[in-house]
Amino acid sequence: MKPPPFEYFAPTTLDDALDYMADYGDEAKPLAGGQSLIPTMNFRLAQPEVLVDLNGLAELAYIRPAAGGGVSIGAMTRQRSVERSPLVAEQAPLIHETMPYIAHPQIRNRGTFGGNLAHTDPASELPAVATALNARFRAQSRSGQRWLTADEFFVDLFTTALEPEELLVEIVIPPLPAQTGYAFREISRRHGDYALVGVAATVTLDNNGRCEAARLVYLSVGDKPVEAVQATAALIGQKLTAEAIDDAAEIAAAQDIDPPGDIHASVTYRRHLAKVLAKQVLAKATARAKQE
Amino acid sequence: MSTRYFGQRIKRNEDVRMLTGQALHVDDVNFTDMLHVAFYRSRDAHGYIKDIDVSAAQEREGVVAVYTAEDLGDYWQPGPLLVPPPPTIEGLIFHQRTQVPLAKDKVRFVGEPIVMVVAESRYIAEDAVGDIWVEVEALPAVIDIEQALNEDMPTIHDDLDSNMAAHVVQKKGNYEAAVQQADLVIKRKLKYDRGTAAAMENRGIVAQWDAKSQKLTVWDTTQAPIVIRNGLAAMLGLSEHQVRVIAPFIGGGFGPKIMMFYQEEVLLPWASMKLNRPLKWIEDRQENFFATTQERGQVHEAELALTNDGRILGLKHNFIHDGGAYIPYGLTIPLNSQANALGPYATPNYYSEFKVAFTNKPIVTPYRGAGRQHGVFVIERLLDLAAKQLDLSPIEIRRRNFIQPEAFPYNHEIIFQDFAPLVFDSGNYEPALDMAIEMIGYEQFIKEEQPRLRAEGKKVGIGVAAYVEGTGIGPYEGARITVEASGKVSVASGIGTQGQGHFTSFAQIVADQLGVDVRNVYLVTGDTDQFHWGAGTFASRGAVVAGNAIHSAAVEVRKKILKLASEKLEAAEEDLELADGQVRVKGVPETAIKLGSLAVMANPLRGAVRPGTEPGLEATSYFGPESGTTASGVHALIVEVDPETMKVEVKKYVVVHDCGKVINPLILDGQIHGGVAQGLGNAFYEQLHFDENGQLLNASFMDYLLPTALDVPRMEIGHVETLSPLNPLGIKGAGEAGAIPAAPVFVQAVENALGDDAPEILEIPLSPNRLFELVFGE
Repeated sequence: MKPPPFEYFAPTTLDDALDYMADYGDEAKPLAGGQSLIPTMNFRLAQPEVLVDLNGLAELAYIRPAAGGGVSIGAMTRQRSVERSPLVAEQAPLIHETMPYIAHPQIRNRGTFGGNLAHTDPASELPAVATALNARFRAQSRSGQRWLTADEFFVDLFTTALEPEELLVEIVIPPLPAQTGYAFREISRRHGDYALVGVAATVTLDNNGRCEAARLVYLSVGDKPVEAVQATAALIGQKLTAEAIDDAAEIAAAQDIDPPGDIHASVTYRRHLAKVLAKQVLAKATARAKQE
Repeated sequence: MSTRYFGQRIKRNEDVRMLTGQALHVDDVNFTDMLHVAFYRSRDAHGYIKDIDVSAAQEREGVVAVYTAEDLGDYWQPGPLLVPPPPTIEGLIFHQRTQVPLAKDKVRFVGEPIVMVVAESRYIAEDAVGDIWVEVEALPAVIDIEQALNEDMPTIHDDLDSNMAAHVVQKKGNYEAAVQQADLVIKRKLKYDRGTAAAMENRGIVAQWDAKSQKLTVWDTTQAPIVIRNGLAAMLGLSEHQVRVIAPFIGGGFGPKIMMFYQEEVLLPWASMKLNRPLKWIEDRQENFFATTQERGQVHEAELALTNDGRILGLKHNFIHDGGAYIPYGLTIPLNSQANALGPYATPNYYSEFKVAFTNKPIVTPYRGAGRQHGVFVIERLLDLAAKQLDLSPIEIRRRNFIQPEAFPYNHEIIFQDFAPLVFDSGNYEPALDMAIEMIGYEQFIKEEQPRLRAEGKKVGIGVAAYVEGTGIGPYEGARITVEASGKVSVASGIGTQGQGHFTSFAQIVADQLGVDVRNVYLVTGDTDQFHWGAGTFASRGAVVAGNAIHSAAVEVRKKILKLASEKLEAAEEDLELADGQVRVKGVPETAIKLGSLAVMANPLRGAVRPGTEPGLEATSYFGPESGTTASGVHALIVEVDPETMKVEVKKYVVVHDCGKVINPLILDGQIHGGVAQGLGNAFYEQLHFDENGQLLNASFMDYLLPTALDVPRMEIGHVETLSPLNPLGIKGAGEAGAIPAAPVFVQAVENALGDDAPEILEIPLSPNRLFELVFGE
């Protein structure tokens, strides 16, 4: 469990890091918190020829109010900092609530917010939550920058829309609309394990208490975050009664997702958990929306 | 004796060193000219090796040597059979096939070493492993243990007609006749799948051949250093005095570290001599999932014949034991299963038949419990099912069948793993059961809590299971105790230590005899230059066998002290006492000699020593029990099952344990805590998933789930002390007890929690996923 040889650069400015990425392109892997990349290298599953260590880029570690409301998080911000940020708790409470589910404190101390998203592990919590919150992703390269939506950013299993020379530098979480509730839950074998199934929800109510908008985004049921669009479509314009939520959860589990089976959970068990969790998060998000 | 350490809950002498990182482990041993070893291991579970190309590896910069089986010449030999089958069982069939240092013609499990690479660093060695090309003509893998014995399966050892490694029948009374009289016969098929011990420290070896002193020193994470030394000397053509094996501090043994001789244990010393350089190999966690032995695969077809009032008339079971690719450890595990299926119950008629199957999976050797789990799972499950059928409580059916205190020694009339008849030396089972029921609050739970919680929609359940643990088997251990000039007492013993608290519990035994502070007793274990007689640490025998040898040596030293002090103090021996590190005249404390001074007098530099007198205050003693001593106990727990997710939370866990006289309750509690953690892991978390090709699907701690501190419940522990008549200290072993009954008690409680529509759970390990399948269908 030792990695094969690689070249290592430790730039201290973003410009230098982008130069390395431009120069080494496909051979280079950016190193953020290393909580996924390093084990993968030790198992020799990933054998990058060049590592560009981003840990010296203090300029990418920040949490601040975003220009149009919401919160802006630098890609190299440690997960633990996000977890403990009062600004995140206020502006993006769904993220605040989700952070403790990510592995263990020791891992969150090293793991970064941007690194987790850019790794795009389908079993990871943040991609699902970022999708549910309509997060925007700023990608930068030596030749410029561009903004991507979550749908654009998450492409496939461990694959984002980032070009080889690009780095994810910032994530902006827009504020929740008025009368919106949120919830996150997951089931894992042990605390801190990858979830067997997890799901994030937001529910927005209109002035009559009917569902105006809803998002239900799963993790661990596909190659990337999977949004239960048929389930949420069924909720629009409805009073969110227990029956309505049960029906939506049923649709989500039966129609919206096509989960894999593995040694920890069969397809049937995953669908069952998806239903159980959908009920829980929709009910909680609805209750929170009513309190708004 | 002024201070009674024996039985005291004192803190461990070794903890300061261990907790501050000052305890030597194998990976701490470094030399400037040391080379590092990595292995090319088979990617295929079963197949013929057609070609091995190591040329690219040899050319890599930093690679010093690359060895295949061919390079070993005559040194290439199958490993020794560590434990032969008992010679006294009639009709026994046993096909000895043991592991080879490097696979030559055939590979038999994924992970079997094929090529050894020696390089300047482990990094380079692993790079060079990547350069190696091995062509294997794959054969179908034999994975399922029931199918393994089918005639149409490919044979793993080509010279055998089938994959049957052994066949044993043991019986007592006449089971078939018992069935004729039975009111009820419960028949079930029960399964137990594989896990791994997953010691915190993986295996490791440093071998250093010193050409000038012509001595080989080997640091080895072994539970049996003396056996390794003797074997290596023979294999390498050296005198035993040229080989020193040191088993330093070891981060957990649990059995797999006693499978002498691992391939790496054979290869590193040889290559060190060949290259005249020190070599290091530290198993990494990924290797550990393949290269270290595993255990637990068995399938039982079992039946229990009972009367209407729940009395056992007879037990019968046929089972298949998964032996893995080679069986260096003989029949220890299935013999334990056979013995432990009898449990603490009087079973007049017994028929037990097993076959061992070779499979294309890693080698199987004992792992904490070592087959006892399976036997206990079988009898406890059958009793639960019988109780349900007869409308008895799980407690009552056990109570009615316990062997009664006056029946000991109780002869089960079958042969145990130590070749001796399975005789329980002593036991008193009902007090432990009563204490466990009391501690868990059984009556109150059933009458009040459970109905109340069920009304709230909660699925809570309770379980109670009993077990015995055969411990403390021979052949023998020894110890040498010396009073040093400083007054400190040194104890040298041959057994290895893997965290059991030997530095304290053994010191307690000595301190009591010699009247010294327990902190002034210095123990050396696991260094063959210090003591080179003994077998090793296994089968819950350290405290029983080495403990009694140490006690015996301490008694001898005490006699020498009294004899010499009696001369020097001009007082009769019976008027002397040993306390505070000195010998003194009772009632006249100022007439005293310090033990250190007495030690100097016993080893004079001038003057004559009388004929027949040995120098020093030193004695060496051995203890060899005729047969093992049987510990016992009862576990009880309360669980809550989440009806939506099928996750199970243990709300309360009670252990009442009887291992005879307790040396140190604190250490014993720790042993039990660790055992229960492993037992619960076995019951609900840990399972090795092999696919049909013999590929292990979860060879990392991400997917092989050990229960963490968050998952292991707090335990309440009670003790009953039924002394063993087989040794002077009256002690019994305790190393494996925590792990043995955890699965059946867990399953009983889960069934109880699920209520009337609970499925019958006849398999281990479980998981939320598997429970879901059992409850709702697959």
